[in-house]
Amino acid sequence: MPAEIRKIITVVEETHIEGERGVTPPARRAAAVAVIRNPFAGRYEEDLSALIEIGESLGHVLAQRAVAALGIAGADVESFGKAAAVGADGELEHAAAILHPKLGAPFRKVLGKGAALIPSSKKRGGLGVALDIPLGHKDAAFVRSHFDGMEVRVADAPRAHEIVVALAISATGRPHPRIGGLQKTQIIGEDGLR
Amino acid sequence: MHEIVLRKTAVIIEDIFHEGGPAAATPLLRGAICAVIKNPFAGAYVEDILAFMDDLKPLGHTMAARLVEALGGDPSRIEGFGKGAIVGEAGELEHGALWHVPGGYAMRESLGDAKAIVASTKKVGGPGARLDVPITHINASYVRSHFDSFEIGIPDAPRAHEMLVALVMTTGPRIHARVGGLAAADIKGNDGLR
Repeated sequence: MPAEIRKIITVVEETHIEGERGVTPPARRAAAVAVIRNPFAGRYEEDLSALIEIGESLGHVLAQRAVAALGIAGADVESFGKAAAVGADGELEHAAAILHPKLGAPFRKVLGKGAALIPSSKKRGGLGVALDIPLGHKDAAFVRSHFDGMEVRVADAPRAHEIVVALAISATGRPHPRIGGLQKTQIIGEDGLR
Repeated sequence: MHEIVLRKTAVIIEDIFHEGGPAAATPLLRGAICAVIKNPFAGAYVEDILAFMDDLKPLGHTMAARLVEALGGDPSRIEGFGKGAIVGEAGELEHGALWHVPGGYAMRESLGDAKAIVASTKKVGGPGARLDVPITHINASYVRSHFDSFEIGIPDAPRAHEMLVALVMTTGPRIHARVGGLAAADIKGNDGLR
């Protein structure tokens, strides 16, 4: 079943100053968000495979949108994250079906690599609900400079029978990272952790 | 002359395919660009603030050009526009009014000879404040199909001593416009109204 997409939103943020100090080059990150119809809103459905397939297609579409919005090569993306908000008549498990089984592989393919677990969050909410998409380094989850989050919201979604699905990527870590930990220059990149 | 101190920008693009009705042959694009700048007048009453309008002009031009680019790069596709400002709590509503001339002038210039007044709104608000920016047709304010609005905002802006200025553009009428009134095809285009 293809996703019935009502709208797609992209957001690109550039931070030029943080803590009264210039960020050179500016820290840049993007989110791509789809508002889709939830085929299982309002009833209990045991078999969620339709949503799992939708997750796979959105992993590809939204990753491409986000990378295009940022205007860089997929391989130059340093961190990633994903999130979903289910409308009032859906289940948290519907978000899980989209996000977890199959979305990651096409997302990673667009980025060229991505050994790390994709950090995620999910919730149920009404129109305009804020999603805080967690961000982490795509090749090594322990890179402390890249622990981050990006808030996105869509003013008119999710309606009760909809789901908002969001991917976030960043070309950089936080501006002015200085709390130590594993550095990106020390990444081995095999186990997804370090 | 006051320097424009830019902390961050955000570009938000929506691709709207439908809103419950038949999917449009060409999706409607709506976009906003927000810039978060230092408010040079925050924290005290300053009588003479007019010169800051000239200081803001280059920012207006840069923002208008970036937004046209993010909406596909063809200025002739832009049919609706609007602008807005959110002033941080140490500032005054009047500081937001400084955006009228540089924002409107820049957008009009980037779109050729747009004739209509640029619809606008403004408020004083804290970080994460949302603003519903009104949208009207670029050549005739009475075109009913193009009355629209776009909610903007940035989670961490404006701080007390900042202001957020925004431009909004759309590529067409509301996705299922059907409430009559002056149609875009019937614009006379002499007075900016009809």
